[in-house]
Parts: sequence; C-alpha cells; structure tokens
Amino acid sequence: MYSLNNVSLNINEGQIFGLLGPNGAGKTTLISMLCGLVKSTSGHFTIDGLDYQHHSSKIKKIIGVVPQEYALYPTLTARENLLYFGSMYGLKGSDLKDKVIETLDLLGLLKFADKQVQTFSGGMKRRVNLIAGILHNPKVLFLDEPTVGVDVHSKKAIIDYLKVLNQNGTTIIYTSHHLAEAEDFCSHIAILDQGQIYAQDTPLALIESTKDARNLEDVFISLTGKALRDDI
Amino acid sequence: MIYKIWMSVVKEFLLLKRDLGGLIILFVMPLVLVIAVTLIQDSTFKAVTDSKLQILLVDNDKGSVSKTVFENLEKSKYFTVVTQIDNKPITEEIAKENVYKGKFQLAIVIPENLSSDLQTKVEQNVEKIVSNLGLTDSTSTAEPQRIIKEKEVKLYFDPAVQMSFKNAVMSSIDKMISQIETKSIYSTFQKQLGEETIDFEQKNFITFKEIIPRINNKEVRPNSVQHNVPAWTLFAIFFIVIPLSINIVKEKSQGTFVRLRTNPVSNLVVIIGKTITYSIICMIQFYMMVAVAVFLFPSIGLPSLNIEGHFLLTSVVALFSGFAAIGFGILLGTIASTQEQSAPFGATSVIILAAIGGVWVPVFAMPKIMQYIAKSSPMNWGLEAFYDVLLRNVSFVEIIPRISLLFLFFIITTSIALFYDKKKRAV
Repeated sequence: MYSLNNVSLNINEGQIFGLLGPNGAGKTTLISMLCGLVKSTSGHFTIDGLDYQHHSSKIKKIIGVVPQEYALYPTLTARENLLYFGSMYGLKGSDLKDKVIETLDLLGLLKFADKQVQTFSGGMKRRVNLIAGILHNPKVLFLDEPTVGVDVHSKKAIIDYLKVLNQNGTTIIYTSHHLAEAEDFCSHIAILDQGQIYAQDTPLALIESTKDARNLEDVFISLTGKALRDDI
Repeated sequence: MIYKIWMSVVKEFLLLKRDLGGLIILFVMPLVLVIAVTLIQDSTFKAVTDSKLQILLVDNDKGSVSKTVFENLEKSKYFTVVTQIDNKPITEEIAKENVYKGKFQLAIVIPENLSSDLQTKVEQNVEKIVSNLGLTDSTSTAEPQRIIKEKEVKLYFDPAVQMSFKNAVMSSIDKMISQIETKSIYSTFQKQLGEETIDFEQKNFITFKEIIPRINNKEVRPNSVQHNVPAWTLFAIFFIVIPLSINIVKEKSQGTFVRLRTNPVSNLVVIIGKTITYSIICMIQFYMMVAVAVFLFPSIGLPSLNIEGHFLLTSVVALFSGFAAIGFGILLGTIASTQEQSAPFGATSVIILAAIGGVWVPVFAMPKIMQYIAKSSPMNWGLEAFYDVLLRNVSFVEIIPRISLLFLFFIITTSIALFYDKKKRAV
C-alpha cells in the first residue's frame, strides 16, 4: 500500500498548479516529496531540471515552502521571525530588512511587525507564514492549504498577493480544499485520490469535459464520489 | 554560514529572553540550589562540631572507669553527658527507650564492677608477667586467681543516625576505653614493681598531623564551599539539558523545524547556533555561582570560595562541562517526540549522572562496581576536573584528559543526533 502510485505530472514555469483531492488522497505527501521532506520509495522528479539526490542545496535555494501549520516562533515578533527565516535563505543586511518591511506592508502587517506572533489572529499568522516562505523570491512556491481557517479578508489578501508573485514569475503549486478558490486562482489543476491522479487540466477544460458539471466541485464529486473519507 | 549561525544565536537568545520559566530554570534555580545545599551541608557540619550532642550515660559501675569516661566525654567538644532524666538516674531500659524514640541519639551503658574487674584483670596479667620475669617475692604464696569475664560497654544508637556518625562515635569511644586500659596497665606495673615514684610517660608516642596543601605559600584548607560549589555548579550546568531538549522538541512540534528542513541550511548550522547560545548560558551560570560563592557566602555565614589563581582553569572546565551537557541535551531533544518525554527523562538522567558521578556521595566511598560506573559519568569527569583545579592545584596540562573526555562526549552525542536526524529525514 503506497501513499502515491504512478503519479505523473508536468508543471510548467509560470503556472499556478492546484493539487486537489479529498482527505487522505496524498496531496500533502506529494507536496512533501517535492519540498524534500519525504523520500520517495521509487520514481523520479526534477525541479527546474535539478533533482534532490544531486542538487538538494540548489533546489532549496529556488523553492519556497509555506507549510499548513504556522511554522513560526510564537514568542518572536513577526519581524524577528522573518529576519531569521530570511537569513536562512542567505539574505542579509538592508536587503533582508527592506524585503521584510516591504512584504509586511503588502500584506497589511507592517504596523504589527514588532508584536509577538502568538498575539496574532489566525489570518495574520497565515500571512506571516506566507511571507516567511517567499522572502527570497523563489522560482517555485509550494503552499499546503495556505488559506485554511482564515477570515475572508485575510484569504483575499493572501490570494491577491500570490497572484502578484505569479505575475512576477513565481510558479505556484498549492493544495486546497476550497474548490471555488482553486477554480478562480489556479491556471491548472490535478485531482488526486487514493494516491493517483484522476484528471489534470485547466479548471475550465475539466468542467467542460465532465458531464453535467457546472463548476469544479461537480467535477470533483464526479471523479472522487460522495463517500466520506474519514480515516485514522 | 557565519551569518546564519549568528542569526541562529540571536534567535535562540530572543526565545530565551521571552521564556520566563526557562530563565528561572537556567539562572535562578541553580543559585537557589547552590546556596541552599551549601548552607545545609555547612550547618550539618557545624551541628556535629560546634553544637554539642546530648548523650545518655548509664553508670552501673560507679567506679574510676565510669568517672574517667564521664570526664572525657564532658571534656570532649562533641558531647554533653546526661546522667539523669527528670531528676532520676537513668537505667538501661529508660536510656534504650529514649534513644529508640529518637529523643537522644546515643546512650552509653557502663556495666557493673567495670572498674574493679578491670583493675583485677590487669593486676592478674601484670602479676603473671612479673612472676615470669622472676621479679616477685619467692616467699609469697600464690593465691588462686578469680576468673574475670570480659566486660561489655553497651551503645544504643537512634536508628535514624547515619552510619558515618555512628562509626565516628564508636571509634572515639573505643579510643577512650583503650586509653583507660593502658593507663590502668601502667599504674599496675608501677605498683607491682614497687616503683611508685617512677613516673611512666603516658602520653601517646605516635601522633598524627594533617598536612594542609599550600598554594603560593598559603594554606588551602578545604571547606564545604570548596566542595559544594563545583559539585552543584556542575549539576546546574547539566540541568541545561532540560530547556535545551524542550527547545528542540518545541521546534519540531511548532513546525519551524520542518520549515528549516526546506531552507538551504544544514542541521549542523542550527546545532552550532544552539551550542554557542547554551555555552554562553553555561558560562553565565558558572560566573553567577562563583560570584555568589565569593561575595554572598561570607555575608550569610559561609566560607568564601577560594578561586584565587584558578579563575581561568575553572572557566575552561565549566565550558567543557557545558559542551558535554549541551551534547546530551541535543541528543535528547532530537530523539524525543514530545516535551513530556524530554523533560522528565532529562531531569531524571541528570540526577542519575550526578549520583553516579559523585556529586552527592564521593566516588571513593562507593562500592567497587559503582566506582567503575562513576568513571563513565561525564559529571564525574567535570567534578574531578574542578577538584583538580580548585583543591589539587593542578596545571592545564593535567586537566586535558578530563576535558577531552567531556568534549568527546559532546562530539559523540551531537554526531549521533545529526546521524539520527539525517536518517529520519533522508531524501
């Protein structure tokens, strides 16, 4: 029994690629593999022509990762967290400080820059979590459920910012349960279930190719069924 | 890489600065510990030496021996003799009851006729020797000798009394009785020889004297502070294992560790950052405790720590002890999955390492097998290195083997942690 089986994907530069699927479909496992957190038992993949086996360090310099959990130090301020994580990407000095201020400002957090993260709301933490993954202007950005559990305003701010990043050349690969959000946000989508890819195309093409489908949710139900996927 | 290490150190200090509980564990608790333990040990020492212990004396003899025992005990700086309770003479039963209930720590029961029987026994022995030497009056007729049974002075100890105290008391009473016997033998010889004018020298011919080590022509007299401060400083330094392992476990549970794994930064940089931070903390702990022992102790009635001429070497020992503690903390934090695993395990293992390392009971006083085990405790290497510097006045070269062991322990534990982590997250 494998978490992923016979998965074949080709994500082109500049795409916003959504990995959608029910709970336990293998989305997080796939994204963890692509981020270098989980080792695959077989198979092969490259990012910008590089593989982890030979170019782990180079890949880590060109990717950005925004994990599902708030991967931040709660007792540090937003600025301190970002200065630290930015420095781990090799940024330093005024470049780093300016970048932190700029992104905090873009995501509406500058006035809270010197507040401890533990005092932030879920939406604010999500935004800081996002900034920590993009300070070094990654070529490829992986996001695992970046808008889960946040208010509408924060969600909009995050999505808008991601669109700007994409327009500036960042390829985005993200997982989500919000199908309407994905339909609007993604240029391409793959629907994953039981470790396999059931379909991949543009959202519009997927809707059009599915009988009686009016939106991505109909496509999703049509491909994955209505059965609950509770598992422990 | 240097900048990444620097930022890691800054981050660790910021995290510590905002963790009040952690700061208390790191800086306040060790001070409380070293002050409390030194005060207790010093007052225990004073209780035995300065204030006199009340002991019960049951005198069934009423002779010269019991009188001498009474006088010697009274003269002693350790004891006050009690011969009556509620204005009634003490019987063996009363003494036993009082001691076993813990009201008194010791009772001495002198048997009936001890003085007269001792005198008779000595006279019989001396007479035999004198007769064998042909020095007796040949006309005198030998009387049949009365058989004298051996006499027993009974000692009752409070069951709560420690073995070391018991042994010390028994040894001093044994010495006192021997002196009485010797004196009696000398007197009887004098009498038998009819040379009562000859005065035998009854003072001990062989005496002993403790030679106190001298440093820079000054006597260095070990005291409770010289022993306790290094021991409990080391104990406190090793307690860094708890906050450090919790820090690592927290990084794993918060997700920051996962984020770092996706960053172009090796785990070695993260570990170097933690090592530098916690080494600085170890040194601050050490200097705080030294400062307390040098400046505060005299004002609370304790002797001052004599660190003159040893400051640099003790700092080196503290630093290397800190490395060993940090290595252990990193390993524990890497292997443990939760704080519930790391904190109790860390605390218990430090206490075990301290116990087998000789922090509480000196290694020489341990059973043979434990003495070998003690040599495997990094706390023992650190403690012996401190004693080498502070009490044995050794040079840097002589502490190299011990500090090398401490550093080797750090390298091994950190390497295991790095290897374990690499295996776990191999991609």
